[in-house]
Amino acid sequence: MSAIRVVVPGFLTTVQDLGRPGYAALGVSASGAADPIALRVGNRLVGNVQAAAALEMTLVGGTFRFERETWVAVTGAAGAGPWTARRIATGETLACGPCRGGGRSYLCVRGGIDVPPVLGSASTHLTTAIGGLDGRPLRAGDSLTLGRSPASEPVDVALDPRGIPGYGGDGPLRIVDGPQRAWFTAAGLELLEAAAWDVSEACDRMGIRLLGPEIARRDAREPLTEGVPLGAIQVASDGRPIVLFVDHQTTGGYPKAATVVAADLARLGRVRPRDRLRFRRVTLDEARRALREQEDGLRELLA
Amino acid sequence: MARIVAACDRAVLVTFADRMDGAAARAVRSLASSLARDRPNGLVDVHPAYASVLVSFDPLRLDPQHLEEDLARRVEEAAEAPEPPPRTIVVPVRYGGESGRDLEEVARETRLSEDEVVRRHADGLYEVVFLGFTPGFPYLAGLPPELATRRRGQPRRRVEAGSVAIAGVQAGIYPLASPGGWNVLGRTSLVLFDAGRSPQALLAPGDRVRFVAEESR
Repeated sequence: MSAIRVVVPGFLTTVQDLGRPGYAALGVSASGAADPIALRVGNRLVGNVQAAAALEMTLVGGTFRFERETWVAVTGAAGAGPWTARRIATGETLACGPCRGGGRSYLCVRGGIDVPPVLGSASTHLTTAIGGLDGRPLRAGDSLTLGRSPASEPVDVALDPRGIPGYGGDGPLRIVDGPQRAWFTAAGLELLEAAAWDVSEACDRMGIRLLGPEIARRDAREPLTEGVPLGAIQVASDGRPIVLFVDHQTTGGYPKAATVVAADLARLGRVRPRDRLRFRRVTLDEARRALREQEDGLRELLA
Repeated sequence: MARIVAACDRAVLVTFADRMDGAAARAVRSLASSLARDRPNGLVDVHPAYASVLVSFDPLRLDPQHLEEDLARRVEEAAEAPEPPPRTIVVPVRYGGESGRDLEEVARETRLSEDEVVRRHADGLYEVVFLGFTPGFPYLAGLPPELATRRRGQPRRRVEAGSVAIAGVQAGIYPLASPGGWNVLGRTSLVLFDAGRSPQALLAPGDRVRFVAEESR
């Protein structure tokens, strides 16, 4: 039974959960919410499991008509004000509007968006049309069904996003060394940290292309094609970095100077064209400690 | 000797060689199957490639030091393990024309006739080294060296599903319509990837592939 009718889809709205890691050997990218912290918190607010499927809206959110009573939470770049669960009446229309303060917002609905799982996940991978609603972005007139209501009740709380672990900071994105760091010149590597990088219009779920100075190579070879992690900073032949993002191809043939640390990946999901980014190099231990602190904080918040 | 290094805070890269080579490809397969047989807790993903395996893990559940030691042990033990005899999969191909829009250009670059390019491509015995890039895409070794060509200067926005293509010394098949920069010689009607079937991918590392021209063009 249809529960939600898409009145206006927004700029680019897809069904996402926490993705389908584990299939890289088949060439299948993990996908999943670009800002998984916003998704997890939103799901918790409406009483869902953290990994439930929700709508990821890019730059401009959609308008949805609810054909039954339920609870929703809009998180991510949802505008000023706290994140909170609210009740929706049968027949009510919810207009999410433009994203504010970031590139993506999430509409989490009690019960989760019910689409057939593909390789264990509801996430949409657009370039291969896998998962989600027929592997594509939502269109006006689409109708969505919801999963069974979870046992947990919606949470009566108003969360200030600035207090959410991994959400407040706007300092440099932390990076660790990539496998081909030694292929770049010392000056190039210094620039990676010293320069301010402008996010180009080529900024989507596949990758984030950055504009700035050239990161010069001292080794002109092309590495043999190898598996690449999420957040890897590849340097293309023009010397400009591309940060591989959630829908990235599973292999890459460009050298990788660095990788954005796990604790800062959700921040990449908030990036928009014309944003300005900086990078700061940390050790593997610092990166893992940051992830542990963030997850400890989230566990406490989401308990 | 295998090189085991951190690729980032949540992945280890095991590299067996700096170029494509049969021994490295066998070592890659053997490490990947060892991890599939006996999966450490906290392992997230394993991505074999030409001569490397990227092993992703959850650093909150799996100690990186332990993982690296475990991988070193597996690499050593795997060196001796025998492999099952390979399967051979025959891939029928419509070469040239609308199905193979770069055949003419490849013929020009290799100074061979189109028929000769087709004959030599179909004469090769290929081995699936790994799947990657996009779901079910096989990276094939065994392209006759005289067919090595540069990839397209400007990648195509859309390469059709089933496109049989080459680039440099590499050969492959696009399972799904996707952007791509390889030279397309023809197209097969075989379905290389279907998320709804088991196994999802038609080909697996270690398989042998033969191309057969479907009809005279």
